[in-house]
Amino acid sequence: MILDYVGVKEINGSLIVLDDVEDAFFEEMVDIRLDNGTIRHGRIVQIEGKRVVVQVFEGTKSISLDNTRTRLKARPMELALSPEILGRVFSGAGDPIDGFGEVYPEKRANINGTPMNPVSRIYPRNYINTGISTIDTLTTLIRGQKLPIFSGSGMKHNELAVQIVRQAKISDTEDNNFCVVFAAMGVKNDVADYFRRSFDESGVLSRVVMFLNLANDPIIERTLTPRCALTAAEYLAFELNMHVLVIMTDMTSYAEALREFSSSKGEIPGRKGFPGYLYSDLASLYERAGMVKGSTGSVTQIPILTMPNDDITHPVPDLTGYITEGQIVLDRQLEGQGIYPPVSVLPSLSRLMKDGIGEGYTRSDHQALANQLFAAYARVQDARSLASVIGEEELSPTDKKYMQFGKLFEQYFVNQGYTENRMVEQSIDLGWKLLSTLPRTELDRVDDALLDEHYIDDPDSIRFDDFEKAESSEDNDD
Amino acid sequence: MAANKDVIYGINGPVVTVKNTRTFSMMEMVYVGESRLVGEIIGINDKFTTVQVYEETTGLKPGDPIYGTGGPMNVLLGPGIIDNIFDGIERPLKAIEEKSGSFISRGASVSSLDLEKLWDVKIKVKKGDRLEGGMIYATCPETQIIEHRFMVPPTISGTVTKVEKDGKYRLEDTIVTIEDKNGNEHELKLCQRWPIRQARPNAQRLPADIPLITGQRVMDTMFPIAKGGTAAIPGGFGTGKTMNQHQLAKWCDADIIVYVGCGERGNEMSQVLDEFSELIDPKSGRPMTDRTVLIANTSNMPVAAREASIYTGLTLAEYYRDMGYHVAIMADSTSRWAEALREISGRLEEMPAEEGFPAYLPSRLSEFYERAGRIKTLSGDEGSVTIIGAVSPQGSDFSEPVTQNTKRFTRCFWALDKSLAYARHYPAINWMDSYSEYFTDLDPWFRKNLGEDFIKYRNKITALLHEESALMEIVKLIGSDVLPDEQKLVIETAKAIRVGFLQQNAFHADDTFVPLEKQKLMMKAILHLYNKAKHIIAAAIPISRITELGLFEKLAKMKYDIPNSKPEMFDELIADMDKSLATLTE
Repeated sequence: MILDYVGVKEINGSLIVLDDVEDAFFEEMVDIRLDNGTIRHGRIVQIEGKRVVVQVFEGTKSISLDNTRTRLKARPMELALSPEILGRVFSGAGDPIDGFGEVYPEKRANINGTPMNPVSRIYPRNYINTGISTIDTLTTLIRGQKLPIFSGSGMKHNELAVQIVRQAKISDTEDNNFCVVFAAMGVKNDVADYFRRSFDESGVLSRVVMFLNLANDPIIERTLTPRCALTAAEYLAFELNMHVLVIMTDMTSYAEALREFSSSKGEIPGRKGFPGYLYSDLASLYERAGMVKGSTGSVTQIPILTMPNDDITHPVPDLTGYITEGQIVLDRQLEGQGIYPPVSVLPSLSRLMKDGIGEGYTRSDHQALANQLFAAYARVQDARSLASVIGEEELSPTDKKYMQFGKLFEQYFVNQGYTENRMVEQSIDLGWKLLSTLPRTELDRVDDALLDEHYIDDPDSIRFDDFEKAESSEDNDD
Repeated sequence: MAANKDVIYGINGPVVTVKNTRTFSMMEMVYVGESRLVGEIIGINDKFTTVQVYEETTGLKPGDPIYGTGGPMNVLLGPGIIDNIFDGIERPLKAIEEKSGSFISRGASVSSLDLEKLWDVKIKVKKGDRLEGGMIYATCPETQIIEHRFMVPPTISGTVTKVEKDGKYRLEDTIVTIEDKNGNEHELKLCQRWPIRQARPNAQRLPADIPLITGQRVMDTMFPIAKGGTAAIPGGFGTGKTMNQHQLAKWCDADIIVYVGCGERGNEMSQVLDEFSELIDPKSGRPMTDRTVLIANTSNMPVAAREASIYTGLTLAEYYRDMGYHVAIMADSTSRWAEALREISGRLEEMPAEEGFPAYLPSRLSEFYERAGRIKTLSGDEGSVTIIGAVSPQGSDFSEPVTQNTKRFTRCFWALDKSLAYARHYPAINWMDSYSEYFTDLDPWFRKNLGEDFIKYRNKITALLHEESALMEIVKLIGSDVLPDEQKLVIETAKAIRVGFLQQNAFHADDTFVPLEKQKLMMKAILHLYNKAKHIIAAAIPISRITELGLFEKLAKMKYDIPNSKPEMFDELIADMDKSLATLTE
């Protein structure tokens, strides 16, 4: 029996309240037909007896108390899935918007997903070679990891994400198994277009599924976008055994949409007005990365978020950092110096790196080198803050060496071309070369055997100009 | 039991309400809906009864049934707990995987422990024996290293009327029957139940005067914790909370480890599973999993079960404590638990206190930490529960409510420091901000087992680090060149302490666990060089001549150069240093 409920009882923000509703269940989908013929979609978010609260995805604009007919659809929010979704473009709520019509579904899946059983997870160990020195060497991306980019408005996070997609090679698999799910939440039209164009240029567009919720699209839809994207990603990874790279941008807009929705529901706000369940909500997205037993695919997430006012303690980057397995932090000062990618090395971290590098994965000296580079670069910061007080001239000889190391490190290691694709061995060698500009006694994180093998004793033989040459002649694999 | 049943009225996230009912009692465990989702009664008034549901509520509707169980939220206790992995409400995740695949479906009802498995039981009582609550009536080997001891439930006592023979029994077989003084018969099986929010009773609390040895230098030497003590590890993301918890779980000298992954990452739990099954416990030669219980309620699993997971872990820990074991429980992280409280409190529309946390946050935290302790069990043995809780302060700000309140109820505080972590100084425990209140309790033990020197060395090392910290204030302003040699020596020595002693490499075969004796000798070597160098400087020899000898670098690497098994090599190291230094004064 299909019943239409005429009119609504109450309208508040994006919520409408219906009365005398029979047999509604929690999180059930509804269609709302307006008198002018348009149909909007909604979801039941609260039930009290026969009174139900419905969240309208497209917003409540032009809904009045009696110009609607609401129908319960007797199913939760589901996404139609089939292998055909590759290369398609969907709205933030999972409806096709590229003009190629509906997806003929092989199956439908609840977009909330179900939690992965921790016992069924495979601990991620294979690294993804991104061709970017700072990431490969110091914050290695592992297949099945969630590694966000913490950025600020105006910085080159989009370029970095595109470069990662273009260059990402998974160490041990054939390429045709690789695909990208792209979720845009509240991004500008131009940005979405930039991603589309870049995917096209690098020839991966036919392996990309896009979910677009642009800056002027309804915010409720935005809260669904990452869920749709991840449902698609899980399907591709765990049922079609593909390696899926999920790029979600911008998580800050998502969290703000959640805040807007929460406050219209009249919930008690937590820090900076964000709802108290922001952590659990973000976790329900980020935790959908990983690998499971019984499938050879993987979901790797690179969420991008802009830190409001470049503040890493803002709730969104803060909670994200607690859930994700590390972070890549971009730095405005480096960007100002023309260094690309402007990765701030010290606060960046990859938690899964230690088990996915070294003998059998990258190179046996990788971990030691990474530790030493971190330690040395941390010393550079001390030397710099001292230099800013007493002047560079007054520094001790060792500190001066560190100052020089810092400059070289940023110039040749952090900095690299937008199209430059460095192999991980190349980056590691470069790291040793840089460390060799420091006195050998300063390298206390590395044991002597490794130093004997890699430390260059003759300081005059260390040159970086060959690297600059390589940069210009480097040809791209794509 | 099946009699109390009612129907759903309202649903809001994990909170479900029932209207006009007098069926349920406070904190009663209930099953919600046709798929029997586990829930708990958390509020009752004359109009509404509120249920907190431990699973996703999608699909529930008004009119769906709610079944009461007549008792509070409880867990099943018996053999099979060790080497198992449970979710927050003691559902066995391996069995659920077998049943529903890689993703956890709702209402998966699986018995917490394997009911079919046969255990090799040895009966310890005979007919006519008088049994009190907590006394042991039988044992069985649970894993190769843990003997499970079956205890009379604390609320029951009486005389044995019937005893089965030694042999193989299932979990629900009755092996002993006792009759209490009112003539009621009680069947004692291989399992019992206990409500998770209620502490299990003990005979007497004992003083916290035995250290929990962790093999981590900064913890054992600088900020020791006692068996039965409480410690907090606060730190922002990326400072190594989880890493420290893992290290403690692997190496501390407790008999049994309960590791609660409360609202943390799924991949971390699979790492624990991987690592612990590969790691061999040096004391028993068996895999670490033979003494470990894992509770995994990852951040994407239902929030209400996250709230319960801490208590579930604690109850399992207390159960083994009562058998006479030393148990350490790692809770990672208590902040996620506090957030679960906040989230549920918000759904109940309670008046929030600080930062949206409910006003009862401090009392809940204190209830939790007070369940730690070294005790005499009801059967006269000694056991302990040590609680080590990780705290994840929002924005790395230690002034937030969870950290502040935790600080009040724990006696050991291992503050993790972002700048140390950025410099990859691990464990990133800041020696200026951390403290331990157990010094006075534990010093007699250290004195007895490691000699007077240990405490002397530790105090000197602490003093040097504090002196360095004061000097660094000056160095930051004017550079280190202008300091007198004596102060430069302090800075050099403190650096050797930081790099050589405090820093510890968890991935190095020898350095990951360091016995107390070696810790003492390492301190001795550092202080030996310091004292000698001080004399040399007093003889007007510039410090640069000493640093040129490379002795401080040697100290920095002694943790790798000298294996744990060869403490005598420290004598050689000291003799070598003396020889080098002698060249300066010749």
